[in-house]
Amino acid sequence: MSYENKFNATTQLKLSPFFERTSQLNESQEWRRWAGHLAATSYELTHENEYFAIRTKAALLDITPLKKYIVEGRDAQKALDNIVTRNIGICKVGQVMYTTWCDEDGKVIDDGTVQRLADNKFRITSAEPNLEWIESNIARMDVQIKDDSYSTAALALQGPNSRDILNAVSSESLDSLKFFWMMDTHFEDIPVSISRTGYTGDLGYEIWMNPNDALAVWDLLIDKGAPFGITPTGLHALDIARVEAGLILLDVDYISSRHAIVETRKSSPYELGLGWTVKMNKNNFIGKNALEEENKNGPLWNFVGIEIQWPEFEKHYRKVGLPPGLPSTAWRTSTPLYNQQNQQVGYATSGTWSPILKRYIALAHIKSKYAKEGSELMFELKVEHFRKLTKATVVKTPFFNPERKRSCPV
Amino acid sequence: MPGIKKYDAIVVGGGHNGLTAAAYLGRAGKKVLVLERRHVLGGAAVTEEVFPGFKFSVCSYVVSLMKSNVMRELMLPKFGLELLPLESTLTPLEDDYIIRTADPDQTYREIARHSKKDAENYMRFGPAMGQIGMSVRPVLETIAPNAIRPSLSDLSATKKLLNHVKTLSSEQFEYLTKLMTMSSADFLDEWFEYEPLKATMSASGIIGTFMGPRSPGSAYVMLHHYMGDIDGAFRAWGFQRGGTGAVSMAIARSAEHFGVDIMTEASVEKVMVKNGRATGVVLENGDEYNSKMVISGLDPKLSFLKMLDEKDLPSDFLTAIKNFRIRGSSGKVNLALDALPNFTCLPGDGHHHRGAISISPSYDHLENAYDDAKYGNFSQAPFMDIILPSVLDPDMAPPGKHVMSCFVQYAPYDIKGGWNDQKREDFGDAVINTIARYAPNIKDIILHRQVLTPADLESTFGLTEGNIFHGELTLQQLFSLRPAVKWADYTTPIKNYFQCGSGTHPGGGITGSPGEMAAKKILGTWK
Repeated sequence: MSYENKFNATTQLKLSPFFERTSQLNESQEWRRWAGHLAATSYELTHENEYFAIRTKAALLDITPLKKYIVEGRDAQKALDNIVTRNIGICKVGQVMYTTWCDEDGKVIDDGTVQRLADNKFRITSAEPNLEWIESNIARMDVQIKDDSYSTAALALQGPNSRDILNAVSSESLDSLKFFWMMDTHFEDIPVSISRTGYTGDLGYEIWMNPNDALAVWDLLIDKGAPFGITPTGLHALDIARVEAGLILLDVDYISSRHAIVETRKSSPYELGLGWTVKMNKNNFIGKNALEEENKNGPLWNFVGIEIQWPEFEKHYRKVGLPPGLPSTAWRTSTPLYNQQNQQVGYATSGTWSPILKRYIALAHIKSKYAKEGSELMFELKVEHFRKLTKATVVKTPFFNPERKRSCPV
Repeated sequence: MPGIKKYDAIVVGGGHNGLTAAAYLGRAGKKVLVLERRHVLGGAAVTEEVFPGFKFSVCSYVVSLMKSNVMRELMLPKFGLELLPLESTLTPLEDDYIIRTADPDQTYREIARHSKKDAENYMRFGPAMGQIGMSVRPVLETIAPNAIRPSLSDLSATKKLLNHVKTLSSEQFEYLTKLMTMSSADFLDEWFEYEPLKATMSASGIIGTFMGPRSPGSAYVMLHHYMGDIDGAFRAWGFQRGGTGAVSMAIARSAEHFGVDIMTEASVEKVMVKNGRATGVVLENGDEYNSKMVISGLDPKLSFLKMLDEKDLPSDFLTAIKNFRIRGSSGKVNLALDALPNFTCLPGDGHHHRGAISISPSYDHLENAYDDAKYGNFSQAPFMDIILPSVLDPDMAPPGKHVMSCFVQYAPYDIKGGWNDQKREDFGDAVINTIARYAPNIKDIILHRQVLTPADLESTFGLTEGNIFHGELTLQQLFSLRPAVKWADYTTPIKNYFQCGSGTHPGGGITGSPGEMAAKKILGTWK
């Protein structure tokens, strides 16, 4: 009548130190590749519960596949300042900065965070490998770079209950840890660093630890987090949350200038809505001259949020007798956007139905002239295999920006 | 200050529909005052901390039919609307179970365990009902035309609806007709054979209604529950974070954003009528508030028989309202738990705790429960629709503890000898004993229990006879007949007096729909 098989899999991919737990918990056995690792797509058969954990409880994500580098030495600050667009000179010990780094033409290579671990010690996180590039740009300075990708494991704990859970586990209270700051603490006798950072736009933290402690940390969090609704969460849910938060993703929303085959594929920070990370008042940094030049005339492109207007969207489906065809997960297919004269003026690179906002939203590259807030565009839609144009409006990002993201209880 | 501020409209009752109407009027620039008798807003969509640390959606406990345009137009997500998915329905049996989840393949496999035929038909049933739901929605979204003395807009609405009926396929027309006339049991028998599945599906045809699954007309109530729409997906039930009261609070915040004044502990005694026109209200404490119009979010019995003097109403209308069927049939048991119930059929904690749990093992179980009520008793082994809100939203209970919401049917309002404290406790015991058949640990984990009989629902929440829908959702009192012929378009025989509660079209549930449509009707006729 029925058959039962032992699940016994093999892989050529790298396994994170949490895999022993995550593979046990992954009921759908749906995995994605993330920087050569197996990363859970969703733990359950549908990702809804995990998404709502991010927004209403607490979601636990294995983010070990992030690239991590330690930059250390007497000239560490100077070296980093030369590389990234943010002003590392004002980054205090225990502070974290989100930044981009560019090539000499001012085109973005990658984006990530810089943690100041000590006066002369930093950790950089990035989406892609950057070791060789950083190394080649710190030559002749008193500084070393070390690949920390496999020597540090990391978890993200995101959602409104994340602080309560950490307070239940940590020897030090998290109450005064501010947005984009970090601290060292202990879970029982295990040393960990906690940064108040994340990729969800919610209250959330990232926990950095020795891989040998990974399973013990996971178990403590799951145990103490249970009464607060802690939920192992995969990338499907994260993808929705990060679009709601208006956070960009390399290789989806833009291409690293180091990998772009043609010039038009490259983007400056200004074109990605990341102009705020470019600090012109600091000393020379890679790409500064080109960015100064671009800044004079303003960028040709903008990266903005758009909202696909519901009444028109719904009408397209009602006309053919269907309920509105909402995507069940976030999409990553480039989708054309037109102006009122039917000329293509941009393209959306990621979008999602926002279950918390009840709005259909997307992130898009738009020619600057059409990128002003409130600007009305036409979004290309396929309804029963036929192309339709439907109304979309340029709106402010982040789409979702709860007060708790930045607030502190003390 | 009483009597000083001049309002365009006063809304009697801060239930979710009253608040919705107020918010829409405020949005249109009108000066509106909402008066709520209780200390909390929300009416039957209310969250209260009944026991320290334990919060309950005291009455209404799930959201499905909330209209998406209401959410959008009133910006409810911005003001706190957060609907979490309620993914599964478990029907525990004494030696087995059947569970339907959000995953179609898993559901197929699970139903096929009991009947291969049912498993396949189930996959057709959802889309078929969804289509019917979609085809009926334009009816729900139209202000019910005055069938007796139609105005021009009534005629055009009627024409639109008739044209719409023409677009139905012959299959859709057949299903629709059957749903309008059959019992839910007969209707489901045409589709399925596995009794616990059928009984559970039929249960949505009896909720809030004094009927059994074998009573003709119950199929329509089932359809009403199939017209739910969350994120464009039909028939998806949701749980509001913080309980259903948080839906009402989101609407209230939206209303305040639009300049609406809201007063609690302001119990309206009477609507003031001069020369056949409503001129304001007088509170129990004697305070008077004047306004250009008064809108009642109360049920039809209270709106007309309590708020007005009978002499002010035409006799045919008065008769219709007196005949309006509003028999309460259900009670609510809210439990504070030390741990999760452990089901014999599915031991331990699991995903099944996150969904609905339906005590509906067979038609006979439901019909026997109904029989008790028919003859003036509460059900000894009732039907129950149970959820565990604290599993979805841990903030509903202290860490590690839980709250359990049991919608219980049947409990007749007109119980033999009347409801009293002893009967309430007996009713609570019958509920616990029934749950214990499937989850024997229940008796050991109860920390507190709140038992609400239909009499309690009436006295606490102002639901006449404890009817959760402000009147049964049966065909003779729907659409152009809700609550009475000629007066189904939110107007009343009293000029400037309107109605906007669940006793008007399209009926009960947390939809915002009556409130929205009443406000739009009023704004269309605003002079």
